[in-house]
Amino acid sequence: MSGRITRDEAAHVARLARLRFSDAELDELAAQLSAVLDHAADVEALDVTDIEPTSHPHPLVNVTRADEVRPSLDWDEVLAQAPSVDDGQFRVPPILGEAP
Amino acid sequence: MTALAIAAAVKSGERTALDVVDEHLARISQRDAEIGAFNLVLADEARTAARNVDAAVSRGEPVGPLAGVPVALKDNLCTRGVPTTCSSRMLEGWRPPYDATVVQRLRSAGAVIVGKTNLDEFAMGSSTENSAFGPTRNPHDTGRVPGGSSGGSAAAVAAGFAPLALGSDTGGSVRQPAALCGVVGFKPTYGAVSRYGLVAFASSLDQIGPMASNVADTAACYEAISGHDPRDSTSIDGAREPVVAGLGQGVDGLRVGLVAELCAASARVQQDDGLDGVSAVEGVAADVIAWVDAAATALEAAGAAVTVVSVPSAVLGLSAYYLIAPAEASSNLARYDGVRYGLRVDAANAAEMNVSSRSSGFGAEVKRRIMLGTYALSAGYYDAFYGKALRVRTLMLREFAAAYADVDVLLCPTAPTTAFELGAKTADPLLMYLNDVCTIPSNLTGHPAVSVPFGSGDDGLPVGVQLMGPALSEPVLLRAAAVLERAAPSDGSAP
Amino acid sequence: MSPVVPEREPAVPGDWELVVGLEVHVELSTATKLFCGCANRFGDAPNTNVCPVCLGLPGSLPVVNAAAVDFSMRLGRALGCEVRGAVFARKNYFYPDMPKDYQISQYDQPTNTDGHLELPDGHTVGIERAHIEEDTGKTTHIGGGGRIHDADYALVDYNRAGVPLVEIVSRPDIRTAEQARAYVRELRAILLAIGVSDARMEEGSMRVDANVSVRPAGSDELRTRCEIKNLSSLRALGRAIVYEAQRHVELWSGGERPRQETRHWDEANGRTTPGRSKEDADDYRYFQDPDLVPLAPATGTIAAIDAALPPLPAARRAELVASGGGAVSTEDAALLVERDQDGLVRAAIAAGADPGVAATRVANDLAVDDWSPVTPEGLAALVSMEISGRLTATQSKQVLAEMADGGGAPDVIAQRRGFQAMAGDDLAAVVDQVIAGNPDAWSRFCAGDEAERKKLAGFLTGQVMRATRGQADGAAVNRLLQERAGS
Repeated sequence: MSGRITRDEAAHVARLARLRFSDAELDELAAQLSAVLDHAADVEALDVTDIEPTSHPHPLVNVTRADEVRPSLDWDEVLAQAPSVDDGQFRVPPILGEAP
Repeated sequence: MTALAIAAAVKSGERTALDVVDEHLARISQRDAEIGAFNLVLADEARTAARNVDAAVSRGEPVGPLAGVPVALKDNLCTRGVPTTCSSRMLEGWRPPYDATVVQRLRSAGAVIVGKTNLDEFAMGSSTENSAFGPTRNPHDTGRVPGGSSGGSAAAVAAGFAPLALGSDTGGSVRQPAALCGVVGFKPTYGAVSRYGLVAFASSLDQIGPMASNVADTAACYEAISGHDPRDSTSIDGAREPVVAGLGQGVDGLRVGLVAELCAASARVQQDDGLDGVSAVEGVAADVIAWVDAAATALEAAGAAVTVVSVPSAVLGLSAYYLIAPAEASSNLARYDGVRYGLRVDAANAAEMNVSSRSSGFGAEVKRRIMLGTYALSAGYYDAFYGKALRVRTLMLREFAAAYADVDVLLCPTAPTTAFELGAKTADPLLMYLNDVCTIPSNLTGHPAVSVPFGSGDDGLPVGVQLMGPALSEPVLLRAAAVLERAAPSDGSAP
Repeated sequence: MSPVVPEREPAVPGDWELVVGLEVHVELSTATKLFCGCANRFGDAPNTNVCPVCLGLPGSLPVVNAAAVDFSMRLGRALGCEVRGAVFARKNYFYPDMPKDYQISQYDQPTNTDGHLELPDGHTVGIERAHIEEDTGKTTHIGGGGRIHDADYALVDYNRAGVPLVEIVSRPDIRTAEQARAYVRELRAILLAIGVSDARMEEGSMRVDANVSVRPAGSDELRTRCEIKNLSSLRALGRAIVYEAQRHVELWSGGERPRQETRHWDEANGRTTPGRSKEDADDYRYFQDPDLVPLAPATGTIAAIDAALPPLPAARRAELVASGGGAVSTEDAALLVERDQDGLVRAAIAAGADPGVAATRVANDLAVDDWSPVTPEGLAALVSMEISGRLTATQSKQVLAEMADGGGAPDVIAQRRGFQAMAGDDLAAVVDQVIAGNPDAWSRFCAGDEAERKKLAGFLTGQVMRATRGQADGAAVNRLLQERAGS
């Protein structure tokens, strides 16, 4: 167990990911993630300065569609799946902060 | 009865699709309580679909190449109006308002969907033990796992519940369970099959693939589901080469390379002095490697030339994969926030509601990967982890391209071992991740790869060998797979 | 033109300099959304223009709208940008109005970079980038008077989610509040000219955020800036910049420093208030969107876009001023181009109209949505009637209004309305009547200095106008007053 990731770091990552863990769970996660990152040390150590990143296996470009309207979903079908609906809209508890 | 035999019988009127479906539904009700392959059996829908096929046949209307063939779908493929859960509490009860492209294509090919199969939650796992609805068991030994994440689909084919099944393969999730369950599993070239309607795990790696008891059925299913889809920007344009027609052409003159890094214990690799000092992946069992060597010999006997090739970056695949896949997953799974669909656990405000819903809805492995991926993408670590992993991908593409300059296909194991016991690897995530070490390279490069059953391990359980080829080499890859299938021992004898 | 509200310019004392950069989000007027075929339409019933893609349903995938890419490149070229290959990235953050909880945007490889925008007064503002991204849905906070912090719950409508936006990021080259407003007006004029957006601030299809900081005059440092949001009009933009700049000057002068933060413009109270806290530092975990492939403009694409660009506002203003031989003011030219009326005025000038009068008449008196019935020949005829004295300025305005309503040729309208400028003896008689009726004013007019005289001339002329119900020509009245006073 290398301790690459501390409990505080794990807690910070959990906040970003909107997940909640107990302290014990955070400690276990920190250890497990550290182990995976230790395994990834081979990648981390690699000198790849002259190598471009590949985000995608196939070099496609300019895949677009024509600006033509297609049917939208039925309103009922959309809202039938929602946990909470009000006035034709998705209802959520109060939002405390503004969007970035 | 194979899928192609069923289709022929249904088309000729020799059998009705309804009869075929009932036979398979009977097998499911007889044994699936023990196996747990299905999250949902669609008996009524399947019978209706079968009757429609029969009606078309009786009217003399054209029916598709998979007319009346029962198919099992991994439960991360969207089916209109039919629950699609990804084996997660998060999506329990969610009914997509649309069909995945592959589902549409199967329907128009005449296939009959019999149910949705179990998987590791959101396809994250190698044993189908990470399902919110309980594990699937290996039909060859119900104390063992079927592999994963498409364990339900592999078990369904192995148990005779359906001659065909679809899985999804992000790091080996079609091939590894196929190997462990003794069936054929095929991951096509990235972009050959539309991902539209496949619930995303890692978008740049995910690919839908067929599973069947034999290579010809696998190839026929691939032909039915592949092709360009304007709804998937990463779908390869243009027609796919047919694969079924050429399956019998053999491998005379084919150049086959044994990947040294993935087969270090192979006699052929050991004997190759030029490969001293090659760093190889560890943990590939001797009985598995023995069958890989036997497969090489079988290909030679059929006229292929086998050499040993080195792809040094293959050993980096696992590390790169466990940075890239969780990173993409952490973003793909952000949408499960309790707002629009799926599980909501209410709280005082929206952000807390997100946290409660996600913390309740996701299982431990999904959370672990979201955490890992969020970390790998976060400020300060991107360049060291995610950024580097993308460069490893480039390195692998270069090295595999170099290898394919010398050989037509590559040979290696599919999984390091035969099926392991339930619970054997659940305590150690890294140990579980090592299952994917031989399958991951094809996902990172986007290349096609197929697992073919070839012999049995010391424990009597199925062994799969893997053939890999360059992009869009499906015809030659499946042709070589057909040769191995014919050469595979039918009993459990040692190589 | 939007009302110009005095906003205490200069915003900062002379030993300080204002530094402003603007981030403008513009909704593109494509038929469909950026990544799906749902209609891009404002005002429909909530959640009716949605599909699996723009709702972010599991398994759905985005496909880029070709028109949105074309529009964005057109805008880039109109702003003099380098247009290059681009990639879409994911900006990851949670918010209920964002269906996937990430926004597809362009990050390190945007479509447009390094452009500029020249304001009508000649000042040039650099454009750092203009990138494509998707809009979010719309959240309504219910209860607590609609204020976000006291709301009981919120409702989300995803009709707007996935609407194509271009975000135009300026360099911090803006030095006054008026320049900021002029920048937005000019940008809007360009957007309208190239037909890529209706750019309405009130409807939210053009949204402006201002990055405001100050620095000692003569310095070129960049000090802590605050991003001001919720600017729903040009007036708000100007006032907010001035307020914020003064706040910064006060803080620095008192030995404090502003905190880097997002602030909200409070229109009712005329101040900015702190917005989102930055304690959890933004970490958007950008990475290339694996569901999309790069954009790479094909050879010839840029040249074809350039060739198809219509004349842009700056060029049109210059052309109008030139066609007037110096008689058309730059203010009138700016306004006419903004309202797309420069073509009409230039054609009227070509048909023989006096450039200055034609420009002023249209600029001042043709602020209507539809002025299509006004022909260049009709406008030229109206102007010549006004110049020859057949119509007073007031009558001319009324005739022009009726022309815009489809009333016909100006001479026909003038005749029908019985318009004829009062002149000669009739007018002289009215002037004498007014002089007689206002002896005090008249004597002060005769004895007053220039300023006093001017003031009283205005009063007396007004009386004459009242007596003639506007049928007198102001210039002729003034001439008569001067004559009667013996000057």
